Amino acid sequence: MIFKKFNIENKKARDLIPQVVTILALLSVIIYFATNAQINMGNRGISFGFGFLNQEASFDITFSMIEYDGSHSYGRAFLVGLLNTILVSAIGIFFATIAGVIVGVSRLSDNYLIAKVAEWYVEIFRNIPLILQIFFWYFAALRALPLPENGISFNDISFLTIKGWYVPKFIWTNFNIFLLSIIAAFIAIYFINSYATKQREQFGKQLPTAIISLSTLILVPLITFLFFGVSLTFEYPVLKQLSPTVFTFEGGVSIIPELIALALALSMYTATFIAENVRAGILGVSKGQKEAAASIGLTKNQILKLVVMPQALRIIIPPTTNQYLNLTKNSSLAAAIAYPDIVLVFAGTALMQTGRAIEIISITMLTYLTLSISISIFMNWYNKKMAIKEK
Amino acid sequence: MKSIKTWILVGFASLLLVACGQGGGGAGSKKSKTLDNTKKAGFVKCGVSQGLPGFSNADASGNWSGIDVDVCRAVAAAVLGDADKVKYTPLSAKERFTALTSGEIDVLARNTTWTLSRDADIGLTFVGVNFYDGQGFMVRKNSGINSVNDFKDGISACTNTGTTTELNMRDFFNSKNIKYEPIAFEKADEVVQAYDAGRCDTYTTDKSGLAAQRTKMSNPDEHKVLPETISKEPLGPVVRQGDSVWEDIVRWSLNTMIEAEEYGVNSSNASSLKDSDNPAIKRLVGSEGELGAAFGLDNDWSLRIIEQVGNYGESYKKHIADTGILPNRGPNELWTKGGILYVPPAR
Repeated sequence: MIFKKFNIENKKARDLIPQVVTILALLSVIIYFATNAQINMGNRGISFGFGFLNQEASFDITFSMIEYDGSHSYGRAFLVGLLNTILVSAIGIFFATIAGVIVGVSRLSDNYLIAKVAEWYVEIFRNIPLILQIFFWYFAALRALPLPENGISFNDISFLTIKGWYVPKFIWTNFNIFLLSIIAAFIAIYFINSYATKQREQFGKQLPTAIISLSTLILVPLITFLFFGVSLTFEYPVLKQLSPTVFTFEGGVSIIPELIALALALSMYTATFIAENVRAGILGVSKGQKEAAASIGLTKNQILKLVVMPQALRIIIPPTTNQYLNLTKNSSLAAAIAYPDIVLVFAGTALMQTGRAIEIISITMLTYLTLSISISIFMNWYNKKMAIKEK
Repeated sequence: MKSIKTWILVGFASLLLVACGQGGGGAGSKKSKTLDNTKKAGFVKCGVSQGLPGFSNADASGNWSGIDVDVCRAVAAAVLGDADKVKYTPLSAKERFTALTSGEIDVLARNTTWTLSRDADIGLTFVGVNFYDGQGFMVRKNSGINSVNDFKDGISACTNTGTTTELNMRDFFNSKNIKYEPIAFEKADEVVQAYDAGRCDTYTTDKSGLAAQRTKMSNPDEHKVLPETISKEPLGPVVRQGDSVWEDIVRWSLNTMIEAEEYGVNSSNASSLKDSDNPAIKRLVGSEGELGAAFGLDNDWSLRIIEQVGNYGESYKKHIADTGILPNRGPNELWTKGGILYVPPAR
């Protein structure tokens, strides 16, 4: 009998059986749902396949970072949506981090007013549902902006209106050379810093690395303007009349109000959580550490940079990774205010026009999964870098 | 030890059962599963819009009304004998077809445009047209725009996502070679809000929809609908593909309403016309022929529709004309009166 091998005293078998059973059960559930879907779709005359991705999308999208119009394919529309999702997430993460750090540090401030303002900010924005905040920024705050003909002008080169924020467009010549110079500057900074570290460790000499790095970053690209034919001109937005009372801006770059509202709401909301992480991180470093650092003669800045922050970051990074993931996933609320992210464009319009719900929703879910996993891999790498290196 | 063996055997046995159990599911038999289920449940599961005055709109106490709603009511009157036995599910444009194909609803009466790809590709069947519409544009009266020919490059247009409107808009602006900014919202209310606030210069959707939504604006008199119609939008009820009996019931419930108007049968005179001299009228009110038997209903099914819901003209007058949405019936007039409403004879 085959079961003779599966003796209860045999530890290997005991460990193996539950696992095999679990996997089989899981597989059968998946197979059950897949075949069930297949049968039902067959009965209702719905086909399954991904061929539609090559078909012409025939709908336009407000805002796209790559060339797109309705004559492109559904696959291309997917890419437009994906890039828009990444864009708003990146902007959101950037501002949420800055605001979060500022608010987090402010909460620990000795100044009563600053600390209280920061506390109120956290309590208010953390406790209102995000979708309401998005609606607030879009329908209440941004709606208060003027029509283009009365747009708020910044020195006549940039205009804030209800139809968007119009900013000058950069027109580069020899942009490649400029880009190379920036890369070169970063490589130089890397070598300068490792040289400075060596100097400090071997001879105890302190070099002003911050100033040297900054000036390298500014000077090297600047040289390309002078000697390598790089130049930059601007195309300014100009008011255009479409009819006796309808105006718009032409030229320049238009940052659509949907993007502004969404980025604002996402970063204001997520910043509250990051602020709490930062506060926890700083409080988590014991007072003795700072006192010890001070007693060996480090300056206040050095204490923060060399003693407090490296330890605080270890506490801050893991929960902040979660907040970055949340922000990215929350960006799917974009659909409510017509920001063309992947949910609105692909899981919305494309789904409707093709009717391929199962295919499109699976692709969209996989996309979010991939995005989230990429962020987590990056943050884990950063976390490891910051972790205590035992020697 | 014995118990582990038993569990493994039970596990495998249940896997096998699950795998075998697959075969049975799904529709496709000759009898109408949808009809049986509806009778068993005691109500018709009907998908409607999230609020479009004249078509399907809920009042403060949650009572739905409109000409789309009347299609649901007609089906309920025919099948269950009571027009009020309808369960309404408000759906966005995006959700509607999935709700129907997945069986969450059995009739979709949600100002849905009949197109080839929808009919043929995604498991749906359109049963008829209850409103002939076309896409138009709304602008502010003071804009100085009096025709679509006044549109210029850079105009921004708001609409609903996931509709034929979105596609027609592109076809239109491309054919005119106008660069435009499309802004597509998921809900009609958000489109109205955005347009009302000045985010976009024009609002485009079906003309009936424009007329209905105009009533929701903060100041309806400041807006007007341009005269041009840029597309054909035959709106009608939809059912799932594969249940031909149910499909026929919904189709002929709608046709009955239109035919009743054609023969002058309405909710107040229907029962008194049982002894009419006109056999067509007698068939409509169920005093001649056995028409209901063809789809498993009794002979009074059409009489109930007319008595409880009314004919198409009554429905149109009550929901569309008297509410000031579109007083003029235009193409939605009977073929005998210069319109294009024409249904096959009920015999």
